[in-house]
Amino acid sequence: MAQRAQPISGSAGAVAGSFVIAAVLAAFVGIALRAEPGAGLGPAEWQAVRFTVVQAALSALISVLLAVPLARALARRQMPGRRMLITLLGAPFILPVIVAVLGLLAIFGRNGWVNLALDALGLPTVSIYGLHGVVLAHVFFNLPLATRLLLQGWQSIPAERFRLAAQLDLPPWMVFRSLEMPMLLRILPGAAALIFVICLTSFAVALTLGGGPRATTIELAIYQAFRFDFDLAKAAWLSVVQLVLAGGAAGIALWMIPQIPLTGGLDRPVRRWDAKGGGQRVLDVLAILLGSAFLLLPLVSVALSGLAGLEAVPASVWRSAGVSLWVAGLSVCVLLILALPLAGWIATRARGSVEAIGLLGLSASPLMIGTGWFILINPIADPVSLSLPVTAVVNALMALPFALRILVPVLRETLDSQGRLCLTLGMQGWAAWVWVLLPRARPQIGFAAGLTGALSVGDLGVIALFADPDRTTLPLQMYRLMGAYQTEAAAGAALILLSMALAIFWLCDKGGRYSAHA
Amino acid sequence: MLTLDGLHIRQGSFELKADLSIGQGRKVAVIGPSGAGKSTLLGALGGFVDIVAGRMICAGEDMAKAPPGARPIAMLFQDNNMFPHLTIRQNVGLGLRSNLRLSAKDEQQVQTAIDRVGLSGLEGRRPAALSGGQQSRAALARVLVQNKPLLLLDEPFAALGPALRQEMLDLVKDLVAETGATLLMVTHAPEDVARIADDVVFVDEGRAQAPVPAAELMANPPPALRAYLGS
Repeated sequence: MAQRAQPISGSAGAVAGSFVIAAVLAAFVGIALRAEPGAGLGPAEWQAVRFTVVQAALSALISVLLAVPLARALARRQMPGRRMLITLLGAPFILPVIVAVLGLLAIFGRNGWVNLALDALGLPTVSIYGLHGVVLAHVFFNLPLATRLLLQGWQSIPAERFRLAAQLDLPPWMVFRSLEMPMLLRILPGAAALIFVICLTSFAVALTLGGGPRATTIELAIYQAFRFDFDLAKAAWLSVVQLVLAGGAAGIALWMIPQIPLTGGLDRPVRRWDAKGGGQRVLDVLAILLGSAFLLLPLVSVALSGLAGLEAVPASVWRSAGVSLWVAGLSVCVLLILALPLAGWIATRARGSVEAIGLLGLSASPLMIGTGWFILINPIADPVSLSLPVTAVVNALMALPFALRILVPVLRETLDSQGRLCLTLGMQGWAAWVWVLLPRARPQIGFAAGLTGALSVGDLGVIALFADPDRTTLPLQMYRLMGAYQTEAAAGAALILLSMALAIFWLCDKGGRYSAHA
Repeated sequence: MLTLDGLHIRQGSFELKADLSIGQGRKVAVIGPSGAGKSTLLGALGGFVDIVAGRMICAGEDMAKAPPGARPIAMLFQDNNMFPHLTIRQNVGLGLRSNLRLSAKDEQQVQTAIDRVGLSGLEGRRPAALSGGQQSRAALARVLVQNKPLLLLDEPFAALGPALRQEMLDLVKDLVAETGATLLMVTHAPEDVARIADDVVFVDEGRAQAPVPAAELMANPPPALRAYLGS
């Protein structure tokens, strides 16, 4: 019945959708122009392909395996700080990668806490660089995601079943086999596939912790072909490989990739009667302690060393902080201009189209898009002068799938419940947006804007391709400081960057919810 | 005033036909068993349900093709008659200007309507801060400023208690008497029919029958209606 007439038309959404598709297609065209047949890939490039697949597979596997005990402990234990820990599991979404890397270096790096401890015990120290460093960082980012997905799975098991298991006095192993195992078999493959796809296009982690012939991802190889050799043909070929690999993996995994839980609802513990035994309890406490230490210690170290390093921060850092703020602001604007009409359009149609758009965003890699655009812009204008707007637009495109996931449900619900009222009152188009849809969706708009702003301000991707010393964002400036071994200044910059990302998210999210009426 | 000429509605496997005419200023109750299509009939009039064939002539014009907002109709649904995030003043104002650009004169008109339904002083509140009866009054204030010749009520007072519902019906009766609007209301309750309706349209077995004077019909119901009323 609601299909017949809608207060908003789809034309603006169709325009926004066309822009998104055109932006991605333009990158394809640019790449195709330079990927001359015959140039092909050398052994180094094939090594990069192998490394990309291996590190993504390992990252996915380890993330989901570690997530099982952690999610299980969180699902069945009630303890102080549980709610906060679960909120923190959402933080990697807005945590700048380079900041996390610095935190991981402080714990696992050459002079990190772990190595100091190993050294004191007379044990050989470990190096964080190379495959295991890349995997470590990916696990740091994706263990929380996997845990949230599994927590969702645990909460999907009806509480009545646990009650029944308690009534029958099933031993822990039987509870696991009859209740939890089926859920895990359902959720784990999808969670692993999602993390695998995410890690395929990882750049900043590989840039900082990988490198060299043995630990270069395709994304990093694109960057190196671009920056060091200025070999556009090679960069274009690598982009093609990246597209085929990530797009193919996303396509194959399409049917099993789960919904990413972006919003709350996970902090409800299920009352459990089983797992009272001492062994189970110790396991759970251990999982929670180790998990929180792994996730929190790097952030604590960033905060501590950052405070100490604030004085060492050069003026260039503050300048680039201003640039980053500008990029993030522009990115949020672009995102809202694209996402709102698109979400409105999707909301007026039948369900199902959102997931496809989400996967398009997951598989299109930022550096691939950047390379394509660079090739197209280069003959017409100086790409370097456009580096900041390009970064902002690419950031917005990357955030778009998440924004749609946040915005579409609330717009759909509003149209369902109040669309008819709008129509009888003749409120169409602009009036419906201004007086009904935007006010109703304000909390979600704020949340989406906050995510985008935080993602954009912390992004170290396309900007690394295009940048020159005059146009540097804070993450890039921080990377340069790290490269120049200005450790204190880098730590200070990391704290500034972290604060900016959190502040942007907090301001947008709170602003959206401020005096919002249900 | 309202003529349904060969009207044919189809929703999936459900079908409803109507050939009837309703006089200017009449108050018509639409009754019939659950699922007979009372709400569907009003939905079609309001422009929310597609029609397969036929004409809907209201105030001399066929409105079958017009979008909902362009029809000479004010309509209240079972629920969601107010935007919860807007104040009562804004909700009522939307009946006058769908972009809420109200002139001083418009504002005055909105206030007059709010006063008329007895909500003076509450115009700055949001619907959630009002009782169920007050929310119904606010919706009627908007109907008043909309000033459309045809008023459709799809059981907007169903959630109210009996006393409050009768109060609302009396208010509706007064309002349509003042504006001269024609009223078409869905109801389940015979006492509502007795209280307000001049005529009754009985909907059953895929047909909306022509209106019959209410007193006459209720005094001597035909078998189908008798079965529905259960008396």
